[in-house]
Amino acid sequence: METKKTSLYQLHQDCNAKFVEFAGYQMPIQYSEGIVEEHKFTRNHSGIFDVSHMGQLFIYGGEDLIKDLEKIFPLDLKNLKLNHSKYSFLMDKDAGIHDDLIITKTKEGFLIILNAACKDNDFKILKELLEDKYKMVLDENRSLIAIQGPKSSEILNGVINGVKDLNFMSGNWFTFENQKVYITRSGYTGEDGFEISIANDFVDQLTRELINKGSKLIGLGARDTLRLEAGLCLYGHDLDKDKTPVEANLKWAISKERISKGDFIGSDIIIKQLNDGVSKIRVGIKPEGRIIAREKTKIFNQSDVHIGEITSGTFGPSVNGPVAMGYVENEFSKKNTKVFLEVRGKKHPASICSLPFYRKSYVKGVN
Amino acid sequence: MSEVKYSKEHEWIKLDGDVATIGITKHATEMLGDIVFAELPEKGSSVEKDGTAGVVESTKAASDVYTPVSGEIVDTNQAIVDDPSKINQDPEDSAWFFKLKIKDPSEMDTLMNKDDYDKFAKETSA
Repeated sequence: METKKTSLYQLHQDCNAKFVEFAGYQMPIQYSEGIVEEHKFTRNHSGIFDVSHMGQLFIYGGEDLIKDLEKIFPLDLKNLKLNHSKYSFLMDKDAGIHDDLIITKTKEGFLIILNAACKDNDFKILKELLEDKYKMVLDENRSLIAIQGPKSSEILNGVINGVKDLNFMSGNWFTFENQKVYITRSGYTGEDGFEISIANDFVDQLTRELINKGSKLIGLGARDTLRLEAGLCLYGHDLDKDKTPVEANLKWAISKERISKGDFIGSDIIIKQLNDGVSKIRVGIKPEGRIIAREKTKIFNQSDVHIGEITSGTFGPSVNGPVAMGYVENEFSKKNTKVFLEVRGKKHPASICSLPFYRKSYVKGVN
Repeated sequence: MSEVKYSKEHEWIKLDGDVATIGITKHATEMLGDIVFAELPEKGSSVEKDGTAGVVESTKAASDVYTPVSGEIVDTNQAIVDDPSKINQDPEDSAWFFKLKIKDPSEMDTLMNKDDYDKFAKETSA
């Protein structure tokens, strides 16, 4: 299959991007300044991320759709306010995670943002589960960019007036060059920011205007270090079909209201795990010193027993040190538990820590 | 001081008497990106030509560092372990990796001069 290009491909080239293939797309891994500078620029100023490879699934419908989606997602969608968003997952009957996603209630139905590598499969699963009752569009005609970091609100508001009044995890339709753009105040970096859904033909112009106002394009490399410092999961690494939301330590994203009734896909396992506990759980892991423990690194306890594995690990530029997360046996998941990480045949000391590694207060409206 | 030579694994080597200083090339650092971790061989250990003699890691991945000649490690550069970003800043001078007492001077003849290396680097990265 030929690799696809996003509508910002030319702009990426103009900005000297290095490209990698990611989920079937040619995506920028970094630009000329490099991952560390791009990471810091996002934390201190404002960075723009091309996330057009992600799926934008519009499902059209009313009350019936809400009821049907509640059979799928562990969310209280009935009481979700118009234009408000929730983080959630598409699970199988064993509560294994097919994908993690952001779902937003719109006037016409719902907008679901899906991972690039999962979107086609998600579409198939959802179409089947919804029995073809609703119009579903996995929109290839719209691009998606994220603008993240402390200066982003001011910069974006200078181009699209009014966005600065959005609350965290809520959105609305705005206008750019007579085009309808859907903007939510959200992101995946641990910074204040926005995600903008805009017609392919206008994304280049919008992005260039944001760059002119002081933001910069940031590659997938820095997106990864930013999300990991923020303690956020990457599907296919920290989450997959062999892990449940409870094991992934994401039970905060499951509606309490819905658990009491338990009538969604995977609810039997979720309820059982919430009551009985889990055997493995996702934790933050801080290596001592500078050693970097990457994905698949084995984790040992103090008696040299294998107790788990790293699922994401890198160097955190804002933490100025290595950061990692992974799954360990539940009894070793307590904060400050000493563990050892096997890197290149040697065992290096580390400790279990709470997430995120890097915390910044979000804008008003946080829950 | 002799001419600086280069290996296909992107190390440079400068011989002074029977002690060689070894580091990685600017071209290597450009391919790696921001270097955030460096591990060096132990002083007093023996290394064989083309064997591993350290590790560098960027935010993206880990890469082995090889020694272009055999010998005994006599010194290592702790400064790049403490601050690996120095490797990106000055790879072919102050950010050297290790010094070794060479075992077989003829191994130097298998390495490239600057012109050949530049050509090799350009061809392999194209």
